[in-house]
Amino acid sequence: MKWRLLEEKVFRALMILCLGAVIAGLALIVAVITAKGARSLSWEMLTQVPKGGYYLGKSGGILNAIVGSLALAFGATALACVFAFPVCLYLQRDYAGRSRLASFVRTSLDLLWGVPSIVYGAFGFTVLLYMGMRASLLGGIIALALVELPIMARAMEEAVRMVPQALKEASYAMGGTHWETMRKVVLRQALPGILTAILLAFGRGIGDAASVLFTAGYTDNLPRSLLDPVASLPLAVFFQLGTPFPEVQSRAHACAFILLVIVLVVSVLSRLLGSRVSKYSLR
Amino acid sequence: MPHISVRDLTVAYDGHAILSDVTMDIPDRQITAIVGPSGCGKTTFLRCMNRLIDMTDGARVRGEVLIDGANILAPDADVISLRKKMGLLSQKPQPLPMSIYDNVAYGPRLHGTRNKRQLDAIVERYLKLSSLWGEVRERLHAPAARLSVGQQQRLCLARGLAVEPEVLLCDEPCASLDPTSAQHIEKRFVELKQDYTIVLVTHILRQARRLADYIVFFYMGELVEHGPAEQLLNDPRDERTKAYLSGTIS
Repeated sequence: MKWRLLEEKVFRALMILCLGAVIAGLALIVAVITAKGARSLSWEMLTQVPKGGYYLGKSGGILNAIVGSLALAFGATALACVFAFPVCLYLQRDYAGRSRLASFVRTSLDLLWGVPSIVYGAFGFTVLLYMGMRASLLGGIIALALVELPIMARAMEEAVRMVPQALKEASYAMGGTHWETMRKVVLRQALPGILTAILLAFGRGIGDAASVLFTAGYTDNLPRSLLDPVASLPLAVFFQLGTPFPEVQSRAHACAFILLVIVLVVSVLSRLLGSRVSKYSLR
Repeated sequence: MPHISVRDLTVAYDGHAILSDVTMDIPDRQITAIVGPSGCGKTTFLRCMNRLIDMTDGARVRGEVLIDGANILAPDADVISLRKKMGLLSQKPQPLPMSIYDNVAYGPRLHGTRNKRQLDAIVERYLKLSSLWGEVRERLHAPAARLSVGQQQRLCLARGLAVEPEVLLCDEPCASLDPTSAQHIEKRFVELKQDYTIVLVTHILRQARRLADYIVFFYMGELVEHGPAEQLLNDPRDERTKAYLSGTIS
């Protein structure tokens, strides 16, 4: 009896310890970024593009990278949705179910998940060259969408698979087709999970540097069209950290801070949206 | 001619027989209770009636279920219009993730009713028929999930009726309900048999005694005996039916 109580306490302590480690990790990252970047963070930084000599410590801001990153990440997330969504529905047992094709698709997605994003970047770059295009917002969006697709599709599939079979059968029993049941019942029920999947992919996308390095390029200007090159926050961090000047390195930390805030804001917004739309979901 | 007749129905999961050679007619506009111990194939039998059995992996179905003379198990049968004809009330209420109103309007909308006033009338009519209207008329647009389980089951009844089926398939519809809600549902059944053929799967023998006009007894996947309730309950012919009715097997 004593041993069982001890066991209970030990494992409880272990769980709290692990939870603490996760929180401490996040807190530490935020603290370091804030401490190192706070002095560079200014209104000017958020609202201006780099001026001459910015990377040597002169005035300007990183509006180009903020706008670029938002355009890249939203574009790529939207594009990935267009593909991930039908794939995740098709993997349900109502359609492909346990067929060989379905398990092949699942394995492929898992493999794609593990592919380093620099490979997507290199692949995207080759495609761009082949099509006679240069590094551009469009190229970046496509490469980033490839990075996001496996994460999104698998997380969505997980969410949709949690919808109870009996609930789907209730719709089928009234004469609903697969598609009607998916659209009107399954989607509503799985919407919070689907939003989480989209958010997960967005977070991965906006923080990815390697895939956009060759495909989106880098520029000090704001993008005017899909075919212009764009800057991005992860690359802004990368380039500025690589300089020997402390002021510029501090700006890199400020960029990282801005990146974190963007992810946080999008996350909170999608949670709010999620709780609104899940009003009707069954628990 | 009987509305539903079953001919040599055999169902197997992965080579293991669940139902074998079931042949019988289900009487029109009566309550037919299907009784038998757990795992005897009652639910599988019901799932053949609306082809939900198609959704079960590894199920093989042979034989015929004739509804108005047409074999619904034929590969080219129109499953959508079959399911429109056969309403389902499942064991655990499954409200759809939408409002009370939209739950009832779901079926009619699927089958083409778009007019708002028509839908309003349908919703009111079937909520009244399942005696839920008084409790929900003020909050028709509240989530169905917030209703109590007993109310949810009556909502599911209303939703099923709104599709205007000819037959109601009920799979232990009172199993997850409190006694009062169960009584509510049973009362509705007695009223509804004027207009519908009701097939009620139940493992509660007393419920079958209270409601059934006709009783079918399954045991280990085999149709043992069927007949008018009076006769089967008071004068069973098969030893297994006798044992089941006396409580020796359950």
